[in-house]
Amino acid sequence: MSDPPVSRGFRGRKAPDAPADRVPPGQHLTSDFPVLSAGPTPQVNLANWTFALQNGGNLLRKWSWAEFEALPQTKVTVDIHCVTTWSKLDTQWQGVTLDTLLEAAGLPQAPADFAMIYCDGGYTTNMPVADLISGKAMVATRYGGKPLTPEHGGPARLLVPHLYFWKSAKWARRLRFMEKDEPGFWESLGYHIYGDPWREQRYAGD
Amino acid sequence: MPATETVVDAPRRLPWRTAEVREVIAETSRVRSLVLDVPGWPGHRAGQHVDVRLTADDGYQAQRSYSIASAPEAAHVMLTVEQIEEGEVSPYLAMDVLPGDKFELRGPIGGYFVWTAKLDGPLFLVAGGSGVVPLMAMLRDRVRAPNPGPALLLYSSRTGDDIIYRDELDRLAARGDGLTVVHTLTRGHPPGWTGGTRRVDREMLAALGFPVAASPRIYICGPTPLVETAAAALHDLGHAADRIKTERFGPTGGPP
Ligand SMILES: Cc1cc2nc3c(=O)[nH]c(=O)nc-3n(C[C@H](O)[C@H](O)[C@H](O)COP(=O)(O)OP(=O)(O)OC[C@H]3O[C@@H](n4cnc5c(N)ncnc54)[C@H](O)[C@@H]3O)c2cc1C
Repeated sequence: MSDPPVSRGFRGRKAPDAPADRVPPGQHLTSDFPVLSAGPTPQVNLANWTFALQNGGNLLRKWSWAEFEALPQTKVTVDIHCVTTWSKLDTQWQGVTLDTLLEAAGLPQAPADFAMIYCDGGYTTNMPVADLISGKAMVATRYGGKPLTPEHGGPARLLVPHLYFWKSAKWARRLRFMEKDEPGFWESLGYHIYGDPWREQRYAGD
Repeated sequence: MPATETVVDAPRRLPWRTAEVREVIAETSRVRSLVLDVPGWPGHRAGQHVDVRLTADDGYQAQRSYSIASAPEAAHVMLTVEQIEEGEVSPYLAMDVLPGDKFELRGPIGGYFVWTAKLDGPLFLVAGGSGVVPLMAMLRDRVRAPNPGPALLLYSSRTGDDIIYRDELDRLAARGDGLTVVHTLTRGHPPGWTGGTRRVDREMLAALGFPVAASPRIYICGPTPLVETAAAALHDLGHAADRIKTERFGPTGGPP
């Protein structure tokens, strides 16, 4: 590939505070927390909220809000990376890991290799189960010690921090295990099927 | 569990293309439009965006997203950029770039926040500040529809001088093809101003917008607080969630 054209006079910020091993290629640090969603923020009534695990068409287990809150909690401090090029370091979350959910559902291991997450508002996203287990992902209900606000995905969102943040689906309600990988919402609209920020997998074909 | 069993056709990568600035248009004191030559540009739909990548002479690069302002059939790709205080990329694009300068872009990106002149029914656009950019692409595209449905743009700006595309919007509204443009100003207004004088709110949307029964396609774009307010109010007024498409440009404006 030929060298990119130099943008005359552009110097950039070259944030000295950005540790290279924590900011993936093409990303920059932000201190606030931008919001991205394709439609209105759903209004959720906790009295009717449930979270379900499903294998194909079969319901494996369903939790009410109170039951979900009673599950063993995990806290993590992680870096997050949005495909629109902002990254945010040291974000603090609390929630229930997928490992804990599987255990609470009485499953010694995940029943299939892929998963689709379903959300209020109709959003979906897919990923390999390997990216959800072994402490890699949680259903988060708190951010910075406080209940997750609706615009950031509250009451509960998926958190898969090692993939681009569209995979950390807001307003998560159901996780369906599936035998084969299938594209979710953005994955059907030109975004990468897997979305590893370190390999800059933003769009299909990257 | 081997993820290698995934069977997906390897799609082609969206390549970085070199854009050359043909023309620079001052829209307001803080906003400029860049008219670009992009050899090999594959075309786009109104509402889509590109990723822009700038390269400094020492190889340092910075990347941001910008909506496409031009209609799909336009000969050149147009971007419109607002200068953000202390920003890394926008001050360069909105203040420094000159005709003949080059940078990279790739796209078009985004297949949800899109509209084409082939879609029928009412079109309801709500914009805040530079959020008007992808909506302008839709209005520019709409001109080509043989029998366009009614359209309304409700556009919030700080002051009258901050209105982007003001003359062109006036001209489009004067065509008499069913487009109404309503401005609202949030930080003071000139004497004799007949538009709105406050932020977009539920009452304004209910008074001006199409009735729910007309099932308008709704596109909202701008800073997060405006998008949140407008999308929630319209949903609450009875518009179906899947008719309300949103695009957010900016930060939350506060801690999450
Ligand atoms: C899909 C998409 C389409 C977009 N289309 C356009 C467009 O058509 N025209 C356009 O001008 N911008 C558009 N943006 C915003 C653009 O991508 C950049 O975020 C913006 O230009 C700021 O970049 P920067 O490098 O100057 O600022 P940064 O260096 O990234 O940020 C500097 C500071 O400004 C704050 N900031 C960033 N953006 C905003 C904002 N919009 N308002 C207020 N404060 C902000 C940041 O939080 C930070 O504190 C779009 C964004 C997205 C995600």
